[in-house]
Amino acid sequence: MPQDAIADPRYARAAPRRAFRLSWRDPTVRSVVWQIVIIGLVGFVVWWLVANTMRNLEVRRIATGFGFLDREAGLPIAEALIPYTPADTYARALLVGILNTLRVSLIGIVLATILGTLIGIARLSQNWLLAKLAAVYVELLRDLPLLLQLLFWYALMQGLPGPRQALNPVGSVYLSNRGIKFPWLVWEPAHTAALLALLAGGAALALLARRFKALQMATGVRPRLWPWALALLVGLPTAVWAVMGAPVAIDAPVLRGFNFQGGATITPEFTALLLGLVLYTAAFIAEIVRAGILAVHTGQWEAAGALGLTRGQQLRLIILPQALRVIIPPMTSQYLNITKNSSLAVAVGYQDIVSIANTTLNQTGQAIEGIAIIMAVYLTISLSISLFMNWYNARVALKER
Amino acid sequence: MTPPPAQSATIGATGMPVRAEGPRRPPALSVGPVGWLRANLFSSWLNTAVTMVLVYLVVSWALGLISWGVLNAVWDVPGTGPRVDTSACRAVRGEGACWALIGEKYRFILFGLYPFDEQWRPALVVAIFVALYIVSAMRRFWNRWLGLIWLVALTAIGVLMWGGVFGLPFVDQERWGGLPITLILSTFGIAFAFPLSILVALGRRQTAMPAVKALCVVYIELIRGVPLISLLFMASVMFPLFLPEGMNIDKLLRAQVAIILFAAAYLAEVVRGGLQALPKGQYEAAEALGLSYWQETGLIILPQALRLVIPPLVNTFIGMFKDTSLVLIIGIFDLLNTAKTSIIEPAWQGFGVEAYLFVSAIYFVFCFAMSKYSQDLETEFNRHRRR
Repeated sequence: MPQDAIADPRYARAAPRRAFRLSWRDPTVRSVVWQIVIIGLVGFVVWWLVANTMRNLEVRRIATGFGFLDREAGLPIAEALIPYTPADTYARALLVGILNTLRVSLIGIVLATILGTLIGIARLSQNWLLAKLAAVYVELLRDLPLLLQLLFWYALMQGLPGPRQALNPVGSVYLSNRGIKFPWLVWEPAHTAALLALLAGGAALALLARRFKALQMATGVRPRLWPWALALLVGLPTAVWAVMGAPVAIDAPVLRGFNFQGGATITPEFTALLLGLVLYTAAFIAEIVRAGILAVHTGQWEAAGALGLTRGQQLRLIILPQALRVIIPPMTSQYLNITKNSSLAVAVGYQDIVSIANTTLNQTGQAIEGIAIIMAVYLTISLSISLFMNWYNARVALKER
Repeated sequence: MTPPPAQSATIGATGMPVRAEGPRRPPALSVGPVGWLRANLFSSWLNTAVTMVLVYLVVSWALGLISWGVLNAVWDVPGTGPRVDTSACRAVRGEGACWALIGEKYRFILFGLYPFDEQWRPALVVAIFVALYIVSAMRRFWNRWLGLIWLVALTAIGVLMWGGVFGLPFVDQERWGGLPITLILSTFGIAFAFPLSILVALGRRQTAMPAVKALCVVYIELIRGVPLISLLFMASVMFPLFLPEGMNIDKLLRAQVAIILFAAAYLAEVVRGGLQALPKGQYEAAEALGLSYWQETGLIILPQALRLVIPPLVNTFIGMFKDTSLVLIIGIFDLLNTAKTSIIEPAWQGFGVEAYLFVSAIYFVFCFAMSKYSQDLETEFNRHRRR
């Protein structure tokens, strides 16, 4: 707009204020009336449903409220991350369910991200065969219902031989219809201490990296980080573990009678669910990653190369930060999808929150409370993931002036 | 750097430039199939190694699949019904597929418990559905007649499934199953969810009506925050409590309502994307013409906004089609559930892989067709952007 146009007094004049009229032609009146009508209708329907429900609950003598949470659950749970027996309360059973949901979702998110990224990059490969195979994978897995895939994997797991004829691919890893058995460390305090040392080392490394970056900004010279990383992430935990006596006791599975004793187990239910979730979601993530990389202009690679950056630096410092901006919003919804899709666990018998809440509502007859619990848990998880990813998105978003 | 040979060839023996005899052919190794192989499969040592490993994996996997699915497969077993003898299948378990299961059970998997002699009716219904999809996909039918076509087709489907008129015996809804259920749930789900989603998306953009906007936001976020299963459970165990005594809605319809509510929330977000992508000038121009809100929306905004989001809409439709399989969990006999049920008899137990591969093929055909269609549309709509 030219400068003199702003000076024109006609532009400075506010729109004329129209007097309020009680007429259907007045937008304010219309919007108020419409809102009253719509809210009234919705309110009426809700009131009608609630009134019906109250009457039905009374007639059928169904208890209300969350009093049942303190009662003994009496439902057996095959795999629990915290100590649990059927004699525990419903509240604890539900907590076990929530932890199981979180476990499969978190592992699923990590694995699907890795696999999806690899497949997405493979689809862009110069190698025609690799690119085509990745494309076939994506097209095939995306176009089949997840539930079908879960049932398929579960049928495949159940088709494995029994423990006595278990497949034995390497060492003392056994594959049978009871799940995957593998040797695992006998857990001792030294291991916990080493894990804590690893966490502390990671935190220290993050601080150090920030300090080095400040140093680079101030002096133009970046000190070497990787020796520190090695010392803090590998050296420190090993040292702590060695100081505490370096215990190594391996508990290997051994066939006794009709089943295995010892070792760690991954149940067929968990394997089928995780496999299904990861393979299905990886197909979607691959497409997101591919789109993200394609969205970065080739000139960016060339410019980065002209600055003398190595191929790895180009990817890490120039391409990825720009691709991430395109990738993160759709990736967030995929993470939410994994979490919500983990509710299909109920179909293969993995006891997640939906499965346990469903058993609870069947045992107590309190359907409303049971479903309210399921919804509250998922809304909380969804909201937390959205908040975290929004925070991360804001961090990597384009910083414009 | 040495000069390329093509240049030196144009210099004659006397040092004078002579006319080259036409353009020279490129080296034999860089054109034709050999050139293509060199460029796309063996361009470097790493690429060659990757190709070799992949070829080995693909070939060994394909050989395994052929030996399992064709060479060692059992195509037929003696006996039928409860007196079937599946020992031939059990003998090759793990080495060969048991396609006899499909031969014996395909009618059940496709049509569930629908009376055997009347199964031409659901078969015809499936054909009508497919024809309906094809007609809806063709752009020459994108006019006011499409609504009428849908109305007629859906009525015909209802008549065929229920019967009771035109001399067709009545078939109770309890006996419906298989592919028609999957198609009914997804088609009716989309047919009702789509208009609802447009209303919700429009409601969400009403800044002048905060109460309506808040209502729409709460609806969308609430539905999108919970898994479909919880809504289906709600429909199956909670919904009967919502209704006054004596009023009863059957399970299929309750599941259908849950799917409509679920789909509408996701579709609303897609439609909202289209509404937001439209330049503000379109809204202002429509207002300047003196159009009312509904005229503006129906004549100016929606035709443009919906056109923008057709590819993501089709993707959401694909998602909904796949998600109808979740009704298995509340015990409705859709295509996936009939496949799961077909292997429940002791004789057929353990042949789940074959049954699931069979229904996978059906799901894949439908989803792949939709997916290809959406990709083609996207290319066509973006034609003006390509150079």
